[in-house]
Amino acid sequence: MSDLALAAPLSRPLPKGILLAGPAALLMLLLQIGPLVLVVCAAFTDWQLGGEAPNFVGLDNFRALIADHDFQASVLVTARYTLMVVPGALLLGLGLAMLLQGARRGRTVYQTIFFLPYIATLAAMSIAWQMLLHPSFGPVNQGLAALGLPVANWLRDENTALPVLALIGIWHETGFAMVFFLAALTSVPTELHDAARIDGLGGGWDRFWLVTAPHIAPIALFVLVVLTAHAVMVFDTVALLTQGGPGNATRVLLFVIYQEGFSFFRTNVAATATVFFLAITLTLGMLQLRLGRRGGAA
Amino acid sequence: MSRWRHPLLILAAALMLLPILWAALVSTRPQDAIIGARLLTMPSLDAIAANYGRAVTASPLFGFIGNGIAVCSLILFFQVLIMVPAGYALAKLRFPGRETLWGGVLLGLMVPAPVLAMPLFVMVAMLGLMDSLPALVLPWVVSSLGIFLMRQFFRRVPDEIIEAARLDGLSELELLVRVLLPLARPTLGAFAIISLVAHWNELYWPSIVVTSAERATPPFGVMLFQTQEAGTEYGALMAGALIIALPLVAAFLLLQRRFIEGLVAMK
Repeated sequence: MSDLALAAPLSRPLPKGILLAGPAALLMLLLQIGPLVLVVCAAFTDWQLGGEAPNFVGLDNFRALIADHDFQASVLVTARYTLMVVPGALLLGLGLAMLLQGARRGRTVYQTIFFLPYIATLAAMSIAWQMLLHPSFGPVNQGLAALGLPVANWLRDENTALPVLALIGIWHETGFAMVFFLAALTSVPTELHDAARIDGLGGGWDRFWLVTAPHIAPIALFVLVVLTAHAVMVFDTVALLTQGGPGNATRVLLFVIYQEGFSFFRTNVAATATVFFLAITLTLGMLQLRLGRRGGAA
Repeated sequence: MSRWRHPLLILAAALMLLPILWAALVSTRPQDAIIGARLLTMPSLDAIAANYGRAVTASPLFGFIGNGIAVCSLILFFQVLIMVPAGYALAKLRFPGRETLWGGVLLGLMVPAPVLAMPLFVMVAMLGLMDSLPALVLPWVVSSLGIFLMRQFFRRVPDEIIEAARLDGLSELELLVRVLLPLARPTLGAFAIISLVAHWNELYWPSIVVTSAERATPPFGVMLFQTQEAGTEYGALMAGALIIALPLVAAFLLLQRRFIEGLVAMK
């Protein structure tokens, strides 16, 4: 067949590669690259969906956004959420993986249970959490009251709403982190542990820092980056449980973009916030790709 | 350490399961018992029937699940249709633009879906596709992750296998379908799980383009259900949440090792 193609250069068909990869290339252009260019461009205009033709406004949107107190607050809220969820899920995931690694019985059952929150539809599970945290008849307050401890309206109190959402975030992500740590721990060569024992490193901590920690450090860094990417994109729990409130206490970045873009139709503001958001996620994505490739089989 | 292992693991498991178990508990009690916080009574069959019956009649729960199945399977079908030939071409064929396409795939891997939501929403609105099945499916038919995974897989397939198939007179398409696709089954399985979990649980995009209960996918359906009048009938609300979460949880329990391996393969 290739001989035929060579013999008739004038009617040479398109290279097979173009035929096979063409649909993907076309759709990527239409559904990913195009929209990406669009959103970046919109950030430099005064465009509102359904409004008049857009004008170029340079960096005005960025200046306005950075000076906007609500936006500053939402960046801070997102950062606080991330700083609670990421270390929490990372450490608990590692702890559970270490507990599981030495377990002879029930390992599969535990692993399934710990991973379940990551699979179970978070929107539906948010409703279940709402029930647990219900101010008057939720078991959390019932239990606290029975012990004579102060109760709270967890999702309606400015001081507790964000930490409670972070707790749900940790619940959701811990199993995800654990799976990676368990895979890494299982791959620590047993000779290393044996050698450490012969060298007289009996204690658990010594051996953890000298043998296990260096071995799992690349995975830990990878998990850290992925968890951060998940955390800065938090949306479901906010949309279902707090709608950004009380006040602005849980108004995270993605929820701001959602409100500006799809409720208030301030397209340029949403686009500018999206570009800001993109800068964060691209940085994390690049780190993730680099770390994942180094640790991965491919 | 080892003395504390199982008590700690059991405690952790209990905390992980707590929201689900509590929802299940509430869904089997009558409203007055829930509000009176008298949940440690016996569950009643009447309450179970009332709550689950109310959950499936107050809003089209099975419709949400049906929509979820339709949306997820259509997305996966198109993703596979597009990513397999593209991954193969990137791994084994030379053609102009190959490096550019690969660059696009790597860029696509780093751009999270919410970033594209705003321009995609504008496109959907201009095409008059709001609140439609195509609006839920079309934006996600090309998966950078899928193309990436297929390319990495096909690169590990020895050239000799491909040469031999070509010598046997197989066309490029026959080679893909008959020889390479069966080999790629584990990678396809892992990708299928990643795709299904992501799109089944997705709330952000549906909450932007869906406006009616008829088109709602499961997570958006939960949101509608919660804001309805039935949203204060706690037993029914918990029953609804459990029904919505059940399909994916059941699939996970059946195929759990594949789920976990599949999601780890994402790395």
